[in-house]
Amino acid sequence: MFETLSHLALQQYWWLIISALGAALVLLMFVQGGQTLFATLSKNKEERSMLINIMGRKWEFTFTTLVVFGGAFFASFPLFYSTSFGGAYWAWMILLFAFIIQAVSYEYRSWPDNFLGSRTYETFLFINGMIGTFLVGVVVASFFTGSSFSINDMNQSFWQSPLRGIELLFNLHNLSLGLAIFFLARVLGLLYFINSIEGEEELSARMRKSLLRNAVPFLVFFLVFVIWLLLRDGYAVNPETGEIFMQANKYFINFIEMPVVLLLFVAGVALVKWGIFISTFKAANNGIWFSGSGVFLTVFSLLLVAGFNNTAFYPSSYDLQSSITIMNGSSSHFTLTVMSYVSLMVPFVVAYIWCTWRAINRHKMNRKELESKDSHIY
Amino acid sequence: MLENIDFALVNWSRGQFALTALFHWIFVPLTLGLSYMLAFMETMYYRTGDPEWKRITKFWMKLFGINFAIGIATGIILEFEFGTNWSNYSWFVGDIFGAPLAIEGIMAFFLESTFIAVMFFGWDKVSKRFHLTATWLAAVGASLSAVWILVANAWMQNPVGTVFNPDTVRNEMVNFWAVLFSETAVNKFLHTLTSGFVLSALFVMGVSSWFLLKKRELLFAKRSIVIASVFGLISSLVLIGTGDSSAKEIVKTQPMKFAAMEALYEGQTEAPLIAWGFLKGKDLHKNMDENSEAEFYMKIEIPAMLSILAHMDPKAYVPGIKDLVLGNEEQGIMSYPEKIERGYYAQQQLLAYKAAQKEDPNGAEFLALEAQFKDPDFVENHMRYFGYGNFYDPDPEQLKKNAFTLVPPISLTFYAFHIMVLLGGYFLMLFAVFLFLVMRNQLHNKKWLLWAAVWTIPLAFVASESGWIVAEIGRQPWVIQDLMPTMTAVTHIDTTSVIMTFGLFALVFVALFIAEVKIMVKQIKIGPKKKEDPSNV
Ligand code: HDD
Ligand code: HEM
Ligand code: HEM
Repeated sequence: MFETLSHLALQQYWWLIISALGAALVLLMFVQGGQTLFATLSKNKEERSMLINIMGRKWEFTFTTLVVFGGAFFASFPLFYSTSFGGAYWAWMILLFAFIIQAVSYEYRSWPDNFLGSRTYETFLFINGMIGTFLVGVVVASFFTGSSFSINDMNQSFWQSPLRGIELLFNLHNLSLGLAIFFLARVLGLLYFINSIEGEEELSARMRKSLLRNAVPFLVFFLVFVIWLLLRDGYAVNPETGEIFMQANKYFINFIEMPVVLLLFVAGVALVKWGIFISTFKAANNGIWFSGSGVFLTVFSLLLVAGFNNTAFYPSSYDLQSSITIMNGSSSHFTLTVMSYVSLMVPFVVAYIWCTWRAINRHKMNRKELESKDSHIY
Repeated sequence: MLENIDFALVNWSRGQFALTALFHWIFVPLTLGLSYMLAFMETMYYRTGDPEWKRITKFWMKLFGINFAIGIATGIILEFEFGTNWSNYSWFVGDIFGAPLAIEGIMAFFLESTFIAVMFFGWDKVSKRFHLTATWLAAVGASLSAVWILVANAWMQNPVGTVFNPDTVRNEMVNFWAVLFSETAVNKFLHTLTSGFVLSALFVMGVSSWFLLKKRELLFAKRSIVIASVFGLISSLVLIGTGDSSAKEIVKTQPMKFAAMEALYEGQTEAPLIAWGFLKGKDLHKNMDENSEAEFYMKIEIPAMLSILAHMDPKAYVPGIKDLVLGNEEQGIMSYPEKIERGYYAQQQLLAYKAAQKEDPNGAEFLALEAQFKDPDFVENHMRYFGYGNFYDPDPEQLKKNAFTLVPPISLTFYAFHIMVLLGGYFLMLFAVFLFLVMRNQLHNKKWLLWAAVWTIPLAFVASESGWIVAEIGRQPWVIQDLMPTMTAVTHIDTTSVIMTFGLFALVFVALFIAEVKIMVKQIKIGPKKKEDPSNV
């Protein structure tokens, strides 16, 4: 069935999948956001323990989604993989370090004789929450703002900045998305806490207060990013010749020319706000459902705008013609076909994750759960 | 062409990859095997309802969790390192190599992480039956992640099912099944998986022996030993069998690796197998030329055994390192200088192709070159040696010298291989003896034997790491056999950056490793929870 599709159709299908994975990743970063709040939200040991255990049961999904996102990007658009990871070396390496230290921290934190001490592991979690979210935002912003690299006719890439990815931090537009994602993750973390805890009135009240304090900077940085995006020139591709050129208001035009994407984007933003609103002012507990799906839709539509409608999704500001598009950066027709069959497994994976989460999440987190000897407690 | 290479950069990048891979491999085999043993133990609990089995399961599960976390921490680095440090590689073979990595994520990692969550958090939340299923699925998930990464690795050792596309300048997959079911992939999977089983069985056996020595938890320890020795014995047999078939397969696909494993310089019929030996001299592969001879301080040989091992025939010819480099017409072995010339020709044709394409994409010259890249004769006789072209030199003397740089580190490969094989034999015997004695209830008073089992735990890791050294060092200087030398795979980056990340990795990994070992030792000392504890039932 997939083999009959054109190469372009497969490339588009895979860009859809990559966008969906990216969107899921940002949504799941509620774990990272929550990690930056353990210390400030809790007033005593039990409270902190509860918060940590709420996130501790979910961190692996964010982690695994990151791994799958990387693998799927490699399989479908290897030119991006070889150019960006090798090029923006330090940006990615720092991001990875932030994830290595996360992987052991939940598990090792509460064991006796754990060498580094519980506090260190909690600090690791904090660092992961801060750097992980911020850098992901910065790197994703470079999908619109461009990086300085060139690619020769053997498709070997050469990064042109000696700072190796650190230079991405000197671009204000990149920073605005980095900070937006950081505060967004905290907002999502708070919404998730509110939804998962029971019998803690005082703690919940603190969370709702904190929600507002994080939602405002999120909205400010996000608006800066989006307005700037709509106004800036974008990297367009001529579909006939493959030539890259700068086009005024390219991303704005993309939204207009793809009304469905615009609709998703608007709906997404509205849902995010609605979730925050009802949780702050109406004492609702289910805000995460609205804001969570809103984040998914918003990020999904932004990534579609980066790659669809003849746009270069990984542009080079150094040499325009080196920019990577879904056409010139993808795997072969055969590989994309194979991978498309594999993608049919995804709904099945989502289904079993859903079922097991429900089985485990039936009980909310409370003090009794912490004392349960039969369940694993971090 | 060798002069443009920054060898410091290449070596630090190799070092960094080796460091992360070897670290990952400390934890992964334990995950692979222990997950099945947990499943057996929990099945016993499910069948018998005996709370002692649940206690046993939960104890080993605790150790499993401590180990699992750090395996994940090291795995994520490996995946992204292909991009960060082997950028040219990622493009040149990304069309094949990315797919298994992605499939691994979708198929295996989610399965593992979802059901491991049930294993740890689900005891009081889901039914007994669901919990048992989850434990089994987590084990299957771990094995599945091994399948895909090993398929990827096997393809690097034996690149099949792909063709070179001059337009994109990369190898493109044309036959998925050939990649998946290549002989190398099947052997590699079976051998590696069972090596994880053996290692885990030795771990369980060693820890349980310690309890016996301390006269604690006798029932728990005996039951664990029964499970471990049966599992270990069966796995050892498969391990040795598949090790043997891996060797037979390497004779065909990577004869140089095979020759280095045995430090066989001159080809022979009725070649003897060296059971153990001490090699004379340092940096053997660097000082290699046509007059070099293998020298040993001592060696123990089994006559004609190598010929039998390689070809099931004592009369069979096994080529040595020098035959492979210099060629041997009698045996139909093409020399490396010849391969280098051919590979160089292929590379020049690629440059010509690119130049002609720029000149006139419809011109006769370009069309001729385009046809050539599809010509089976050119593919079979030139493209196949593409990577050798990097060792070309117009001066025939220098070219011959370059040919000798295609020999992998001999001593390291030799020792690693022999350590692995000897330990493999020892493990098999140990399992047999333990099973025999535990069944006759005579184990608890054999103190020295119990201590031997405790001290065998580190040896299991030595054997298993040695295996990877054989596989990865023995294929040097190739990252993709015959197609891409390691030195051209590397990312263009300053060496300082790589040295810094190497240092950071080393520091973080060592710290985490110490933490893991300390936590584990402490938990072993505490032992399984007491039966009286009501929360255990
Ligand atoms: C407990 C660990 C262990 C033990 C006891 C053995 N092996 Fe092994 N061996 C491995 C663990 C391992 C491994 C770590 O799983 C490797 C590394 C790469 C691979 O495919 O498997 C490996 C690789 C490996 C290779 C190289 C494969 C390649 O280059 O692709 C050969 C030829 C053998 N083994 C042969 C043997 C033989 C004949 C053994 C006889 C007893 C043996 N191994 C015992
Ligand atoms: C987890 C088990 C593994 C171990 C212990 C291991 C070990 C090593 C070692 C020691 C090296 C360094 C060789 C040198 O000096 O250059 C190396 C290199 C490498 N290995 Fe492996 N390896 C493992 C698995 C894999 C797998 C599964 C792959 C592929 C999917 C792989 C791909 C590579 C690559 C790309 C290099 C760098 C290039 C090179 O130096 O050859 N390794 N590995
Ligand atoms: C160089 C090649 C390798 C790469 C890129 C790699 C990648 C990874 C990654 C990203 C993870 C974390 C998955 C998660 O988020 O849950 C992981 C874990 C794992 N890998 Fe590897 N891996 C490599 C080599 C191997 C080999 C050779 C095996 C087995 C034969 C293996 C088996 C496993 C298993 C069983 C796990 C999960 C359990 C654990 O964390 O201990 N890997 N690997």
